[in-house]
Amino acid sequence: MKRYSAFSIFREALRNNSGWQRAWAAPEPKAQYDIVIVGAGGHGLATAYYLARNHGIANVAVLEKGWLGGGNTGRNTTVIRSNYLQDPSAAIYEKSRSLYETLSQDLNMNIMFSPRGVMMLAQTEHEVRGYKRTAQANALQGVATEFIPPARVRELCPIIRIDGPRYPVLGALWQPRAGTARHDAVAWGYARACSAMGIDIIERCEVTAIRSNAGQVAGVETTRGAISCGKLALVVAGHSGHLAEMAGFRLPIESVALQALVSEPIKPCLDVVVMANTVHGYMSQSDKGEMVIGGGADGYNNYTQRGSFHHVEETVRSLIETFPMLSRLKMLRQWGGIVDMTGDRSPILSKTPLGGCYVNCGWGTGGFKAIPGSGWAMAELLAKGHSPLAEAFGLDRFREGRFIDESVAAGVAH
Amino acid sequence: MSHRLPSGGRLIDRATTLGFTFNGRRLKGYGGDTLASALLGNDRMLVGRSFKYHRPRGIVASGPEEPNALVGLGQGARFEPNQRATTTDLFADLVAQSQNHWPSLDFDIGALNGLMSRFLSAGFYYKTFIHPRAFWKHLFEPTIRHSAGLGRPTSEPDADRYEHLYAFADVLVIGGGIAGLQAARTAAESGARVMIWEQSAHWGGRAPVDDPDVEGMPPDDWISATLHWLRAQPNVTLRSRTMGAGVYDHGYALGYERVTDHLPGLDAPRHRLWRVRAGRIITATGAIERPLSFAGNDVPGVMLAGAVRDYVVNFGVAPGRRTVIVTNNDDAYRTAITLHSAGLEVAAVIDARARATGDLPQRARSLGIRVMTGRAIARVRGGGRVTGVDICQHTGTGAAGALIACDAVAMSGGWSPVVHLWSHCGGKLIWDAGAALFRPDPARAPTGADGAAFVAAAGAANGVMRGAALLADARAAAAGGDAPAPEPEAITPVWIMPAAAGPGLRAKMWLDFQNDVKVSDVQQAAREGYVSVEHAKRYTTLGMATDQGKLGNINGLAVLSDAQGAPIPDVGTTTFRPPYTPISMGAIAGEARGDVFQPLRRTPMHDWHAAHGADWEPAGQWRRPYCYLRPGEARNDAVAREILAVRGGVGLIDASTLGKIIVKGPDAGRFLDMLYTNMMSNLAPGKCRYGLMCSENGFLIDDGVVARIDEDTWLCHTTTGGADRIHAHMEDWLQCEWFDWRVYTANVTEQFAQIAVAGPKARDLLQALGGLDVSSGALPFMSWAGGRLAGIPLRAYRISFSGELSYELATPAGHGLALWRALVDAGQDLGVIAYGTEAMHVMRAEKGFIMIGDETDGTVIPQDLGLGWAISRKKADYIGKRAQERAHMTDPDRWKLVGLQTLDGSVLPEGAYAVTDARNANGQVVTEGRVTSTCHSPTFDRGIAMGLVRHGPDRMGEVLRFNRVDGTTVEARIVDPCLYDPKGGRQDV
Repeated sequence: MKRYSAFSIFREALRNNSGWQRAWAAPEPKAQYDIVIVGAGGHGLATAYYLARNHGIANVAVLEKGWLGGGNTGRNTTVIRSNYLQDPSAAIYEKSRSLYETLSQDLNMNIMFSPRGVMMLAQTEHEVRGYKRTAQANALQGVATEFIPPARVRELCPIIRIDGPRYPVLGALWQPRAGTARHDAVAWGYARACSAMGIDIIERCEVTAIRSNAGQVAGVETTRGAISCGKLALVVAGHSGHLAEMAGFRLPIESVALQALVSEPIKPCLDVVVMANTVHGYMSQSDKGEMVIGGGADGYNNYTQRGSFHHVEETVRSLIETFPMLSRLKMLRQWGGIVDMTGDRSPILSKTPLGGCYVNCGWGTGGFKAIPGSGWAMAELLAKGHSPLAEAFGLDRFREGRFIDESVAAGVAH
Repeated sequence: MSHRLPSGGRLIDRATTLGFTFNGRRLKGYGGDTLASALLGNDRMLVGRSFKYHRPRGIVASGPEEPNALVGLGQGARFEPNQRATTTDLFADLVAQSQNHWPSLDFDIGALNGLMSRFLSAGFYYKTFIHPRAFWKHLFEPTIRHSAGLGRPTSEPDADRYEHLYAFADVLVIGGGIAGLQAARTAAESGARVMIWEQSAHWGGRAPVDDPDVEGMPPDDWISATLHWLRAQPNVTLRSRTMGAGVYDHGYALGYERVTDHLPGLDAPRHRLWRVRAGRIITATGAIERPLSFAGNDVPGVMLAGAVRDYVVNFGVAPGRRTVIVTNNDDAYRTAITLHSAGLEVAAVIDARARATGDLPQRARSLGIRVMTGRAIARVRGGGRVTGVDICQHTGTGAAGALIACDAVAMSGGWSPVVHLWSHCGGKLIWDAGAALFRPDPARAPTGADGAAFVAAAGAANGVMRGAALLADARAAAAGGDAPAPEPEAITPVWIMPAAAGPGLRAKMWLDFQNDVKVSDVQQAAREGYVSVEHAKRYTTLGMATDQGKLGNINGLAVLSDAQGAPIPDVGTTTFRPPYTPISMGAIAGEARGDVFQPLRRTPMHDWHAAHGADWEPAGQWRRPYCYLRPGEARNDAVAREILAVRGGVGLIDASTLGKIIVKGPDAGRFLDMLYTNMMSNLAPGKCRYGLMCSENGFLIDDGVVARIDEDTWLCHTTTGGADRIHAHMEDWLQCEWFDWRVYTANVTEQFAQIAVAGPKARDLLQALGGLDVSSGALPFMSWAGGRLAGIPLRAYRISFSGELSYELATPAGHGLALWRALVDAGQDLGVIAYGTEAMHVMRAEKGFIMIGDETDGTVIPQDLGLGWAISRKKADYIGKRAQERAHMTDPDRWKLVGLQTLDGSVLPEGAYAVTDARNANGQVVTEGRVTSTCHSPTFDRGIAMGLVRHGPDRMGEVLRFNRVDGTTVEARIVDPCLYDPKGGRQDV
């Protein structure tokens, strides 16, 4: 892998950018790997990366039925934060956030992590109490957050209307080191680094069956031939149930479309990420200038990655109340992504009833921010059979009732 | 230079002169002009700057595909950034500014980026700005952000209003060109309810500009005759200025009507969003011309050939005095002929094809127009404006031959059907290699619930560009059946010009004019492995500008397919997403803004509270008095005063917001037994019982008192926030699981005003009103009775949330204020006061009563809260029962409800955790409890709290440490949660 640098850009510019190499190789699948990861989204690629980097396991293939990063990694609203209430959540999301801080340097690709700060607005007394509690919990979890008064909210975000008629801003939970990143670059950066370490990333390779032998995983059938493996990781948000069915077990998840939209680009006017859970909307401004707006999830299960209108309407309506300036901007584009929802809205990183087969799914609406931490924990789980970060997220918790419920702190929006 | 012709312009009214302002200059146009045509008429070709290199940008197109001519329109509360000049109708005193430049449009410092362009190729920012880490946040990112963006942000609240309209149609036709008009007519003739939308102010589309005749008539005559017929039909609705914005599942379509954009200040909604459910949708959305990729194709003065003739024919405006036309197809010769007929000079037609022998080229030649076949433009001369073109062999590398001086270039790379609306809901495309275009694949149309196609494309949107075939195609789309095959288009695909251009030229060939994506960028992306069309798009930003790739995407993916040696259909297109062109957020929100955005709910006594010092607290959509402030009184003092007044005398609280749900029917008792953890079917009429409701997962979701009204009627009280949620929860179970149970539910929350009268003198107060016997004998604790007090009909419930003798009086909402006033008046001698929610909260905490949302957070089961007594052991099942039997739910180490008292009497911080010295495997402090409610108790004059502590009830007297946000801790002792009147003597008297 040739390193990216200002010098490499200068050198290539002088020869009409003709010397750039492929960011990641496009190999033919081998017959056998130590570990096969299904799904080359952020989570799958990060898992592969940390398998090689932290555990020295590089005989790994990442299989992708379409183009890498083409699922939720490439269609989310890029919020990165770790101000979660429950200990297991705070642990994995904070690990993730801290990895994001140095990810550009680690991957030698600018993923544009922008620690511009995330504020979660409290617009009811109930939310005030909930966020004060979260701030207390975060202090004990090593997550730097504080509950800030309305005047400070206004200072950080001048376009906000503090005293709206319906949902006045009563304060906010502020995480200054949270922010955003360039979502596609996260996938590309991991893919490039994986490829440089000898991991095979195989796009346009759909898994059609999972082979097992005496309760132990043996390999997968794909549209590009059979591949055997020692261990198998299913990391396919939106299709988890489908793959689990191939592996012979069921998952306690539902798949729904989550809605998002962007405005036309304007000059910078919003320097932080604002989340308003009472009104189900969140917003940041991309480096290109678009207002990136996340809405709610559709109220019915489906697999189409399409936008629907009613959530967009609700979200925009609510955000205009808090940001009146939005009214004369225009919606450029809306889209939907399919998210896995578990009963407690927390993810699953777990062994499964099939020996050697592991699953990483159920990130719901909050997967992007978790990519590095999820990959870190999943790699450890695959390599060692257990991981402190993944411990609480096992499948058994649904049977035992050991839920990790973030609803009090997170509401609908992650 | 661009200029107004002495005559002509079918859409303008030369008798109406309109003054307008562009960049502070006062200019003149005519009625019927667009802002773009008016600017061209004033020789304003340069109208903006591009996104990345801040290159000078001129008008390219004449419709919604325009990527360059974006302006800030209007002022103050009516300012709007990024308005397309090509779709903005001119009006008197319009004010517009160009965007994305500093200090001025003509001299822009940002244009220095262009000099650096070879260093700023595709994806350069992913490869640099990596070190040192802090520089990204503090230097690089702010710099990039300020350079990017387009228009100035809006700042003031919107002065306009918007509305939504709802409609049904059997057939919705999107697009009012001749194909759309014909399809609407055919559908209407069959008796269908038809709606047809046209995005512009004018019907007929391109036909009046392009076609000599339609069915033997002059196009304008055919259009007005068809319109006349359609307007006369009762089953046809026509809307112009209405763009089809999106097609969604089940025949749902969004239309975006721009009602007063051209009539600002008119007392009408600015935009109207049509939300239509259609049986079938016909997309007659026309086609968009493609640019050609030659070096310098972005210089102002280079325009689409179709747009050039639009400006001449429709607006009497010529983009130049001497125009070179460059093409790979016959259609562009129409522009040559149009210009010639208008008396303008056509320097040459440069045709990349080896031969051009069709009718149009022959007509052009016969008019004396110079046609050069097999030639290409090597490069465009000029910086801010075209001054000439270098001509070369198309098959070569671009070695320049002759220079042709000109001040405009009209280019045509062929036409692409507008397939966006077809594609929004899953319609697929096929590549027509002969015509070099993607057209809808009728075999893979969007399908409805019945599996049948609900979208059909017609006319140019279907790849059938003109003539009788187009009308036949429109009829077929509306009536079914097959249309005859259209005549093949006379075109040879040209994706870069000249065909063997070297890297120097390719780095000057623009694909995306707004985002500055060039042929070289897409080729570089392919070289770096970004070969999926989505990767290439995202890596280069091709097609991500405000035009969403309407001009550049097909050219870009052709370059991409060439770079990988894969056929175009294998590369595919990026996903088409709604809206077709951007729509205002205001239109999306509609009327629901300000006071009517989730209108405030008011109890019948709301105004009384306001008049008596209510300090409001939002509670869902309600406002409730937190306390009543007397002049000069602080919040805390008011709360303390209210509590002491209730505990020592009597107080009133407006409890109307509490949810009230009637559950009625032969199976109502059985239903409530499933819904609540305790037994409700055996409650006797006239009695009340406190009940708990859990989710399927066993967690406590709501509580409240249930009263049995008669043999088959129960009234369930819910929390204020729970009223709608619990009613929906009931209906969910009734409709999805127990649909055969005979139960009827009704949410009557707003039908009753409810007043809690609490305090030792509560009975005295009610007796002073006279009427209903409220003695303990007639109305014992946890019972209810109906009757009148002070002549007002009501129900009196003997229930208490304060620990005092208490009645909750429910009266039909219309009597609420009268009853409240009667209580206030009659209670003067007893010292009655009104108290707010905070006094209620504190009193219930003193009493150890739980509050949903404080003691519960979706992870707490009733057993955690010492509410085991409210769980029936007799019942076989209730919602949540099985879940509560799971291992973790019965773990003796669960956190359970206790009271907490700080050793120093202070108030525990909200949300504080009980900390230990241990750390878990992830380095987090191990906690063993948390505060759920905390306040100062005026009754005990100290801080009191409730909390959940690891097997807390077994640890009475133990002292725990709770954290503060500053890192210090405070000690508190575990005590019984019920501090006030533990035996309950005061409430049951």
